[in-house]
Amino acid sequence: MKGEADSAVDRSKAKDGPAGGSETGGEKGDTPTRWIGTRPVRPDGVDKVTGRARFGADVHLPNMLVGKVLRSPHAHARIRSIDASAASALPGVKAVITRDDFEDRPSEFVPAGEMLVNYRDMVRNVMAREKALYEGHAVAAVAAVNERIARQALSMIRVAYEPLAHVIDVDEAMAPDAPLVHEDLITAGVEPPPTAPSNIAKRIEFVHGDVSKGFAAADIVVERSFRTCPVHQGYIEPHACVASFSEDGQADLWCSTQGHFVVRGHCAKLLGMEVSKLRVIASEIGGGFGGKTVVYLEPLALMLSRKSGHPVKMAMTREEIFRATGPAPGTHIRVKVGMRNDGRIVAGEAELKYQAGAFQGSPVQAGCMCAFAPYDIEHVKVIGHDVVVNRPKAAAYRAPGAPQSEFAVESVIDEMARKIGMDPLQLRLANAAKEGVKAAYGPTFGPIGLVETLEAARDHPHYRAPLAPGQGRGIASGFWFNIGGQTCATLNLGEDGTVALVAGTPDIGGSRASLCLQAAETLGVDATRIRPRIGDTATLGYTFLTGGSRTTFASGMAVIEAANDMIRQLRKRAAMIWDIDADAVRWVDGEARPAGANAGEFTPLSLAEIAGSAGKTGGPIVGRAQINAQGAGPGFGTHLVDVDVDRETGRVSILRYTVIQDAGRAVHPDYVEGQLQGGAVQGIGWALNEEYIYDDRGRLQNPGFLDYRIPVCSDVPMIDTVIVEVPNPSHPYGVRGVGETPIVPPMAAIANAINDALGIRFTDLPISPPKVLKSLREIG
Amino acid sequence: MRYESPETTEAAVELLAGEGPRCRVLAGGTDLLVQLRAGMISPERIVDIKRIRETQEIRVDDGALVVGAAVSGAELGEHPQAKGIWPGVVEAAELIGSTQIQGRATLGGNLCNASPAADTVPALIAAGARCRIAGPHGMRTIPVEDVCTGPGQISLGAGEFVLAFEFPVRPPRSSDAYLRFIPRTEMDIAVVGVGINLTLDEGGHCVSARVAVGAVAPTAIVVEKAGATLVGTRCDEQTLEAMAAEVRAACRPIDDKRGTAEYRTAVAGVLAIRATRIAVERARNA
Repeated sequence: MKGEADSAVDRSKAKDGPAGGSETGGEKGDTPTRWIGTRPVRPDGVDKVTGRARFGADVHLPNMLVGKVLRSPHAHARIRSIDASAASALPGVKAVITRDDFEDRPSEFVPAGEMLVNYRDMVRNVMAREKALYEGHAVAAVAAVNERIARQALSMIRVAYEPLAHVIDVDEAMAPDAPLVHEDLITAGVEPPPTAPSNIAKRIEFVHGDVSKGFAAADIVVERSFRTCPVHQGYIEPHACVASFSEDGQADLWCSTQGHFVVRGHCAKLLGMEVSKLRVIASEIGGGFGGKTVVYLEPLALMLSRKSGHPVKMAMTREEIFRATGPAPGTHIRVKVGMRNDGRIVAGEAELKYQAGAFQGSPVQAGCMCAFAPYDIEHVKVIGHDVVVNRPKAAAYRAPGAPQSEFAVESVIDEMARKIGMDPLQLRLANAAKEGVKAAYGPTFGPIGLVETLEAARDHPHYRAPLAPGQGRGIASGFWFNIGGQTCATLNLGEDGTVALVAGTPDIGGSRASLCLQAAETLGVDATRIRPRIGDTATLGYTFLTGGSRTTFASGMAVIEAANDMIRQLRKRAAMIWDIDADAVRWVDGEARPAGANAGEFTPLSLAEIAGSAGKTGGPIVGRAQINAQGAGPGFGTHLVDVDVDRETGRVSILRYTVIQDAGRAVHPDYVEGQLQGGAVQGIGWALNEEYIYDDRGRLQNPGFLDYRIPVCSDVPMIDTVIVEVPNPSHPYGVRGVGETPIVPPMAAIANAINDALGIRFTDLPISPPKVLKSLREIG
Repeated sequence: MRYESPETTEAAVELLAGEGPRCRVLAGGTDLLVQLRAGMISPERIVDIKRIRETQEIRVDDGALVVGAAVSGAELGEHPQAKGIWPGVVEAAELIGSTQIQGRATLGGNLCNASPAADTVPALIAAGARCRIAGPHGMRTIPVEDVCTGPGQISLGAGEFVLAFEFPVRPPRSSDAYLRFIPRTEMDIAVVGVGINLTLDEGGHCVSARVAVGAVAPTAIVVEKAGATLVGTRCDEQTLEAMAAEVRAACRPIDDKRGTAEYRTAVAGVLAIRATRIAVERARNA
């Protein structure tokens, strides 16, 4: 696999020169590199395979208590009263908390890092106040000396519920007579504002050109409706944390999170603390996929610790994860595309309805912006609705919002290609967004790699491989923005010349390895001499979370800048030792050299030599960077998939799968390939089997991996990958984020392949065996 | 809650009878421990039967296979003769769970957990296997299909437990097969399961056949008419279709999170045909 994957890096716009020395810092992607693009063993690998790595539930403190949560059995109910007196009196119980322990917050959207957060909603999501808004909504929590007593205490808490009618389906929630999730919710984005409340939190609209003109110019128009089920991120490690409050009001919090600075901000707000009094330490993380960007247990553990005076550990069960944590929204999407007979797309229109869950804030806006992003279309109109329903609040899940809308659009594009008898790949090439094209959602694209991924797909042996009778092949492309944002990094030079790299972005996909490689490349030292750590919130300045595919890009830029900061200091120290001007010292291949003959004749000084004498030349050497990374390059990918369908049982098998994606520059290709393969696998589950099944009272029937069917290893073939490299000009080495784009194309690629095999267009996900068999029987 | 691990059948019976209904038998524990952790059961006493020699044995007495109730799927699969004699029963046992679960899960547990979707039960019923049951009044032997009476319900009395499974001696040209449908490829629970056991004559005609179906009724069921359809035929495609129709007619499934009634009924017929083809092929070579 390694060898094949190596040869699959398609450096289409970057020359791969011989490895060798290079001038310091800030090379562009077409410069030869020594470390960028190599595949060393990841620095956290050994501890993970031996079980030594510490995850969220692995922290143990003296006198630690166990915290457990009482959750609503109702999908929607008013909470008349909560009587926790018996539970509080149970020996071994040290604290009980309810809504009364959290101060209410005003309803306003305030920035938290790159996100807008409404703390009135957040305080209600972590602990129900007036109403329980979904089955599994936290209603109370206890801390006790052991789990058995904690559970017993939960059973002694008396909650008087007044069950209310509930609504989960997005269309039912939008109906005029739907039960109201919030009695005071007035739709935003509608002029004049409605006078009556509804479950539609927001209406948004993106318009580009004039679609009526576009459709008038079209020879064919296809309009279809699509439905997708909510899906869970499926991270293997449950949410877990340990909180420890001191008597002086300071606290430490260990947790499994994608962003401990964001956790600090949220928790400090919910507990009424100054952020500097709360230190958050990110544990190793067993998967997040966007789902660990929010807080659930953390504020409860802190409150229980504050109230009890003991450290408190909390960890969710798998069942709690399914009942109470954020899935990607279920959606109903209508797409209409107009095309000329020559294959040119002239108009695109879509209406998106996304389930936000119990509180507003579904990723419908991103869904609107991404829907037609892969295409150069003159006339586009996309309308989105953010709809509250009685389900856990939606949380980010890889490219949040995009997989649903692009599934719909990529399915329609495929249908249109078939209608005019054009190869769907050629149709995409003919309409692909490229540099200079104004995206439907606003900006004009810089250098992007969609065309390159399509060409690589066209030239891949997979695309021409013969299919057996009855099998089908599908193709789909996908887009995601990628982001940068606030980021700090520090490089601490040790006295032996080794370097401690401190980053603030938790490593969920191998980013520590990628950061080391970028630091090594810039410093010109061996990557194995750089040891990366994720610093806690007291160690670094504010650093936004690992999300938006930003870490290798943004923390990478910070690390490069910190390395350049260190190089400036190293040149100064060498200049001091040689008694020449700092400008007369160059940093090449990890050592200080005189800049030229005029500078004088000196033996080069290595990093270790300068480090060893730092005490005599001005003290410790630390490279720092605090940046707001700009210019994240958009990510595009194209997926090819072959399927076979058992026509008697409706079961779809994935026979072959190839992911092609533009990585800008693959810093550590193993982890780029891992992202590509992981996205495909999650997409296969989303396409074929994953769904939440509710009873008529809104209670989840499949809260576990047995009946919420993410794929197992034997369900998927080895996923082939091709990394295309169209460098991002904003990053010194050309890096683009790669983590999210891979989840966007699979659902359409698979639906298109099934259509190729059966001649049946499936518009509702998942395309599960009963649905397939039913459709096969209908066509006879 | 107390845990006991007696070494004799008599001691086990005494422990089980003593505590009444609040006592549970532990074999592999792959269902029991999950139910305990989920708070679905809270027994006073757990009696582990794995230390009783008879529950751990696999024997072939004059061609008749005997499998202890606490033999794991992995042990059964690795036995030098078991799979050759009863390939359908062994493949059903090997379908349960992961490699780790295979090291624990047992025939006795799979039967007495009384899930309508248990994989080994249709295969055992099709095979005509009988349970040797130990109890306060000594030993008795009953057909496997008489054990489960409904989801989670079994006919065993206080103090009784399944000690072993006894299989009949096989005539020449006999074989069996088990197939299940799951949406995934493994690590799942049967949406439908079909076991078939048949014997052919020298001319390739079916002389006896027994078909059992799981996950389509409150318990696994024998479909006598389906077996009867095959008898006297060479199991040609037309006969298989008629047999499948009998299987579908016998299905009384429900809609639930694992499948619709309509889907289960349709697929039961499909699996019955496919399993029969496999069993016929095996019997020809047996």
